Amino acid sequence: MSTVLLLVITGLGLGALYFLVASGLSLIYGLMGVLNFAHGAFLTIAAFLGWEVGRRVSDGTWWGLLLSALVGMIVGAIVAAATEYFLIRRLYERHIEQALVTVGLSLASVALFEGIWGTDPIYTAKPDWLTQTTEILGAKIPNDRFLLIACAALVLGGIVLFLRRTRYGLIIRAGVENRSMVTALGIDVRRSFTLVFAIGGAAAGLGGVLASVYYGYVSAHLGSVLLIFAFIVTVIGGLGSLTGAAIASVLVAVLQQFANFYLGGTGDLVVVIALAAVLLVRPRGLMGKVA
Amino acid sequence: MNQQLTDSAPASTGSATEAPAPAPDGKAGGEASTRRPLALLIGGIALVVVLAILPLLAIEIPGVLPGPTYTPGTLQLLAYAMLIAALALSYRMMFGLAGLLSFGHALFFAAGAYGLGMALEYFAPVEWPSELIFLASIVVTLVFGIVLAATVGSLALRVTGISFAMVTLAFAQAGSVLIRRNPGGATGGDEGLSLDIANVPDALVGVLNTRNLYWLALGILVFVYLVVLWVERSRAGHVAEATRENELRVRVLGIRPYRVKFLIFIVASTLAAIAGMGYLLLQSGAAPRIATADFTLTILVIVVLGGVGYRWGAIVGGIVYTLLDQRLTALAGSDFIAGLPAVLRVPLSEPLFILGTLFILVVLFLPGGIAGIPQRIRTGRKQHPVESEEAADA
Repeated sequence: MSTVLLLVITGLGLGALYFLVASGLSLIYGLMGVLNFAHGAFLTIAAFLGWEVGRRVSDGTWWGLLLSALVGMIVGAIVAAATEYFLIRRLYERHIEQALVTVGLSLASVALFEGIWGTDPIYTAKPDWLTQTTEILGAKIPNDRFLLIACAALVLGGIVLFLRRTRYGLIIRAGVENRSMVTALGIDVRRSFTLVFAIGGAAAGLGGVLASVYYGYVSAHLGSVLLIFAFIVTVIGGLGSLTGAAIASVLVAVLQQFANFYLGGTGDLVVVIALAAVLLVRPRGLMGKVA
Repeated sequence: MNQQLTDSAPASTGSATEAPAPAPDGKAGGEASTRRPLALLIGGIALVVVLAILPLLAIEIPGVLPGPTYTPGTLQLLAYAMLIAALALSYRMMFGLAGLLSFGHALFFAAGAYGLGMALEYFAPVEWPSELIFLASIVVTLVFGIVLAATVGSLALRVTGISFAMVTLAFAQAGSVLIRRNPGGATGGDEGLSLDIANVPDALVGVLNTRNLYWLALGILVFVYLVVLWVERSRAGHVAEATRENELRVRVLGIRPYRVKFLIFIVASTLAAIAGMGYLLLQSGAAPRIATADFTLTILVIVVLGGVGYRWGAIVGGIVYTLLDQRLTALAGSDFIAGLPAVLRVPLSEPLFILGTLFILVVLFLPGGIAGIPQRIRTGRKQHPVESEEAADA
């Protein structure tokens, strides 16, 4: 029982990380039809800069971590918005080329990060409490899982509130639903593109800082590893659906943990098989709109 | 599948270069269009001949090649570039001709490389003459590649667009994970698989025989090119092209696009496996890197860099990319770079950073790729010469 509980909560923690990356991907794809390969790069740069600032101010304290998270979110948002503004916008409505530009950006940025911070992972310090475990029903659960779950829940709540309660959120939701209709009503959807990128980038930036807590290190390849799983999550959940992404992140991560434990470390394979199965049975994903 | 060659010259030139405007071409009259394929044919043969006698010459291109063309190092680099070009050509057939954006093409390249490597090891204890073992290994690998392509293709082609890309990515990822996991010590895990040379013909082993490997690579490239040309000009190729542009219309005409796409998928994947076998022999080993999604992205970059709308664009892209990658790595280690201030030194010492930036610039400002430059100069058009990408997305 305690093993199952441990696996579930660890899975939830990993799922939280997936969700932070996948939420932005899903929103961006839903609204703009852009498959953003540079999302991993947003995450990595945020993780690095968050770590740089955090260690200069106070290494391994809550204030340091909070500051890292804030810096990470801001950096992620700025980099993402700049990407949209300078690169994606020029290729409006040419989806394949937009995806290609983000591919180039991710290749170039990973190489640049390797040049600046080296190829080896850099180990990070974190507050003492996060290195300890809490016992729930006999299961010893690392405390950082709770932090991840709480942050992802906050982000999910925040984005849902923003989408439901604000005017911009309304435009974004309508744009995901039917973009040409929104344009026909005289609303410039393109303005909200930058916004969606910034939101996705901020979520990914927070994800980057939290990933460095979860893994205990930052490296230039932090983003690319998470990005593949985030893609899988996004597709399983249904492109463009935020709730779908949330449900799929949890499903995928928990499935991965269980497969890793009970099926001899085959978590990655099981996830891939799950993706193929979902796409073949239900090509639009769990909560995706009909194509 | 009916694979008849279309022998009417104007139609075949039109499809071969995928010229954007057939009107000016048609105006030029019959004589120009019948003379052009002949000139192209002679030019092509001449190019292959020049490439074939390159190992016998001592041509030095400072800055581009690491040494004179007869040295093993240069031949190795050129052979590698040609194999990558062959791989890019097979990918272009899938992405450029049929509009299938696959993120799993590396899987088949790796299947060729690892398949041949493992088959050679598996057959090694058998009491056959070593030539027979070598041939049998190649046949087994080919069959394996075709079966794998048929399996992945039949599943992935049930969905279209981004979902297709994702299913192929998933399969490639599964393959990559399997290779890294090293089941039964068969793939060598992160270390990679080294070639068991016991049953490889002596002519293909050793530094001194690099020129034979070079000719092998050239042969593979020419073979892949001819197959791609044949498929592209066959009826199946025309249907694939039509499907890329407008699948609904093809269906209305009573043709089933699925079978054609399936065929193209299998042929392109098998060609990739053949290039992979060449890679194994050339590098005398296979690294797990060639199965990753990053490697597929590199091929995509190569195809786009060269020009999606042009068959020889993939070749140019493959060769330019490989040479750039190699020379930029050499540049990164040079004293000139080490002497620069950090702001310039760090980005310039990362070849992938320069290539990635170059790629972004090409996508933004040169949509026809390198092969599209002559067309742009001739027509003076600022727009995209081939709007093939949009259909792939729909």
